[in-house]
Amino acid sequence: MLDIFSIPLPALFGQLLLGLINGAFYAMLSLGLAVIFGMLNVINFTHGAQYMLGAFAAWLMLTNLSIPFWAALVLAPLVVGLFGVVIERLLLKRIYHLDHLYGFLLTFGLALVIEGLFQWKWGSSGAPYPAPIPGGYNLGFMFMPAYRGFVVVAALVVCLATWYGIERTRLGAYLRAATENPTLVRAFGINVPRLITLTYGLGVALAALAGVLAAPIQQVSALMGTNLVLVVFAVVVIGGMGSIMGSIVTGFGLGLIEGFTKVIYPPASNTVIFVVMALVLMVKPAGLFGQTK
Amino acid sequence: MHDVLLKVDRLEAWYGESHILHGVGFEIGRGELVTLLGRNGAGKTTTLRSIMGIVEKRQGSVRFDGQETVGRPSDTIARLGIAYCPEERGIFSSLSVEENLLLPPSVKPGGLPMSEIYGLFPNLEERRRSQGTKLSGGEQQMLAIGRILRTGANLLLLDEPTEGLAPVIVQRIGEIIRQLKQRGFTILLVEQNFRFAATVADRHYVMEDGRVVDMIEASDVTQSVDKLHNYLGV
Amino acid sequence: MTNQRFIFAAGLIVLALVGPFFVYPVFLMTALCFALFACAFNLLLGYAGLMSFGHAMFFGLGGYLFGYVVKTAGLPPEVGLLAGVAGAALLGLVTGALAIRRQGIYFAMITLAFAQMVYFICVQAPFTGGEDGLQGIPRRALLGGLIPIENDRALYYVVLAIFLFGFAAINRFIHSPFGQVLKAIRDNEQRALSLGYEADRYKLLAFVLSASLAGLAGATKAMVLQFATLTDVSAGMSGEVVLMALVGGLGTVLGPVLGAFVIVAMQNYLASFGEFVLVIQGSIFVVIVMAFRKGLVGEIGDWWRARQKAG
Repeated sequence: MLDIFSIPLPALFGQLLLGLINGAFYAMLSLGLAVIFGMLNVINFTHGAQYMLGAFAAWLMLTNLSIPFWAALVLAPLVVGLFGVVIERLLLKRIYHLDHLYGFLLTFGLALVIEGLFQWKWGSSGAPYPAPIPGGYNLGFMFMPAYRGFVVVAALVVCLATWYGIERTRLGAYLRAATENPTLVRAFGINVPRLITLTYGLGVALAALAGVLAAPIQQVSALMGTNLVLVVFAVVVIGGMGSIMGSIVTGFGLGLIEGFTKVIYPPASNTVIFVVMALVLMVKPAGLFGQTK
Repeated sequence: MHDVLLKVDRLEAWYGESHILHGVGFEIGRGELVTLLGRNGAGKTTTLRSIMGIVEKRQGSVRFDGQETVGRPSDTIARLGIAYCPEERGIFSSLSVEENLLLPPSVKPGGLPMSEIYGLFPNLEERRRSQGTKLSGGEQQMLAIGRILRTGANLLLLDEPTEGLAPVIVQRIGEIIRQLKQRGFTILLVEQNFRFAATVADRHYVMEDGRVVDMIEASDVTQSVDKLHNYLGV
Repeated sequence: MTNQRFIFAAGLIVLALVGPFFVYPVFLMTALCFALFACAFNLLLGYAGLMSFGHAMFFGLGGYLFGYVVKTAGLPPEVGLLAGVAGAALLGLVTGALAIRRQGIYFAMITLAFAQMVYFICVQAPFTGGEDGLQGIPRRALLGGLIPIENDRALYYVVLAIFLFGFAAINRFIHSPFGQVLKAIRDNEQRALSLGYEADRYKLLAFVLSASLAGLAGATKAMVLQFATLTDVSAGMSGEVVLMALVGGLGTVLGPVLGAFVIVAMQNYLASFGEFVLVIQGSIFVVIVMAFRKGLVGEIGDWWRARQKAG
């Protein structure tokens, strides 16, 4: 058998694929965090809970209303995004003038409330979600479950679409401009408060979409986003929040590094991203793609 | 005055605790080019920002085309047809030159088409793919002016468009401002550079300590030079 | 005013001394441990302007080291306390040196991430007992048998002394020249730098001190409750200490102490609600950030001053 470092090749590729899938989630979530932070100056601690809400919404739609996965892929982000809009209008809007830390504390509190309610109602053990695309392909060097392949491609498409929307469209230009100088953009006749609400809604919808995609891979549970959001914070520190493409590359890259670590030294796989963060802080404190402020 | 487009009356404004404007009053007729002159700190920029609705707190009255704007947020004021070119120019670094030009949404019919804007500022067309803040100071100023011509706004608020620019460019901007007046734009220009202001304006309002203290017609400027020097401390 | 303050302080001391005769001592001791923990957190936030969202790593590590030294290695509890402080200080030195390279919200995220890393290490490391934690840590007498601590009331006075020592250390630090420089850096880092102060060294020292005291609090808690588990090193615990300081009043001297007592009492009364405690805690975060950002001490202070003025 062909091996590298005496590791069987199928195991290596299997872990790399898992890494790529995790990376896809890191990329989607850190992208949403970066876009929200740019406009709202709030680090959205609720991001992990909103990811969980996406997965839960899809699961509830399937089990209670028999809404299939493909419809939930659109409906769940919409519902959760609207919920985000309500949060922005009721709460976040009132604290933009305060230190960034208050936004962090507020969204942390909201995450506790949301996760606590779901844990109280459904417990912390997960519910399975059937894979929407069964089967898989034998690629010769490994077996590739069809749905997992789909997730990687779908996440890539979503990330690139987000990049295109922000960097190449008129709405994206409003967004970039309002991130720099909201007062002037508003004086040009653009309703910036509505733009901010919309941005939060979109960022939250992106988290929920990641949650729907994750549902068939992971167990749907109240705490599925709790640890994930902490890893995504590290991803954001590593990448810096200056560039959209930077977030995408960093997310996928770190997923792969994590997968690779699982092959060569499994006990470190949980911590490798934090080690990378420490290294980046030593070498380039602003993050790989960040500008020093 | 015949057809008043903007009427400012007893306008007061605050930044935090500090009271900057103490009852500013003046008016601008449709199609006029009027300047606000005065020393640093007289309240000229704050007057423009108050008209635009971007100071923390304001009182009094600013009527544009007969409609009261005090109490409205700045985006709805802009949509009435007022456009603002700030002193610091406000070019967005994350936007290309063309994106900067296309940013302000059109608020009324009758704005200049892009081809005419590029006709006025050929440099901008050449560099339309560059990052907005990579332009020279003069080009950035032209971008800041060019960007508010597209929207159909008929009152332009220009805050010190000649500041820190080379004499050739100041001359060019003077020509452009005269052309804009000919095209029917109403312009309120804030200037420190009185020589420049005298070449373009119909009338001058002089500000001191947050009030308008005098008005000088362009035709009277030669007789009033001493008085103006006194106001401006030159 | 000075007189009033003196009476207030004297009243507090009397309360602290007779407390265990009226209230369940273990509750008081737990609350004191958390009060010290919250004061340590508040030192960093209030006087260095740095909000750590990962302080559980020092608290939890202090507890584990105490448990390991006393239970596994069989050494006396004072060695366990020292080990907890030293371990937390060392961890604070390493993570602090990296975290202070960023400020504000990034600092919070970085400390959170490091704490998560420490959590994962504690799950896997052999000396922590993994998911079970360290249970049944013996209460041996302190100082070679001089001070027996098997009795809860006796132990209470030891814990009170530890708390007062930590509290005094923090106040001593704040009012020292060092603390003054730290405040100057917090208010205007550029100016402090231009005056020749090496801001990073001051911040790092504050971070290490704060970490050590959090470690002391964690070790003392392990001595009181006789166990050390993953809960104390988890992100939830990092959030809890923020909540205590926030409830009491960020950046006030007594706020974190009051906040710790309120939150520990609340958890005692609400223990039967299970998962719903999370919901309540989260709601408190939301309500305080939206409406009472000064916390209990701040709001009471405002009310008191308004009353003085009126009267």
